[in-house]
Amino acid sequence: MNTQIEIHTEPLNIQSCIDWIMSPHSGGIDVFIGTVRDMTKGKTVVRLEFEAYNQMAIKEMEKISQQAFDNWPVQKVLIHHRTGVLAVGEIPVIIAVSAAHRAAAFEACRYIIDTLKETVPIWKKEVFEDGEVWVAAHP
Amino acid sequence: MNIKILAFGIAKDIFGGSTTNIQLDENATTKQLKTHLEAAYPRLKQLASYMVAVNNEYADDAGAITERDEIAIIPPVSGG
Repeated sequence: MNTQIEIHTEPLNIQSCIDWIMSPHSGGIDVFIGTVRDMTKGKTVVRLEFEAYNQMAIKEMEKISQQAFDNWPVQKVLIHHRTGVLAVGEIPVIIAVSAAHRAAAFEACRYIIDTLKETVPIWKKEVFEDGEVWVAAHP
Repeated sequence: MNIKILAFGIAKDIFGGSTTNIQLDENATTKQLKTHLEAAYPRLKQLASYMVAVNNEYADDAGAITERDEIAIIPPVSGG
């Protein structure tokens, strides 16, 4: 298999993602690691809560992965997303792409994270000291 | 027909739970489902946008719905 797409309720493992994406055919791998930031618009973030419509989210991530294969000469694509409660510094998402040459890996990796944020049915709630908000819900 | 609807994210807060049920005429469309839901839950209209998923695929307004379909409300996504 050249694609690995998973949703986890436990902490994501960076090393196992890199081990899976490495291959003798690859000249480069590109890894994007999303991390929980401590501030949003000047407010202190206490934690994030992620929720997914799992079955559909997997399906949408498979579509994005296929688009990456259709548009760039990439060799392997990995997308791991986390759900549940995450503290500052924890990792909600890891995307890894391998290719013979770096340009394809960089471009496909960027495309995957940008598109994931637009189409994959996963939601995050930002919890502040004085309240909480579902991100992007309101204009 | 009785349609069960799954809710995620802020839609769960709006429905007051992870599912809601509405009655629709046979062969109703996604558009009719949205109209019924917005009447029952006006806060849906305050969202930046929302989509309906039918059997794990984004649905367009003209698509028909049956009782056997898995229907979900997809508020603006914010993964990553």
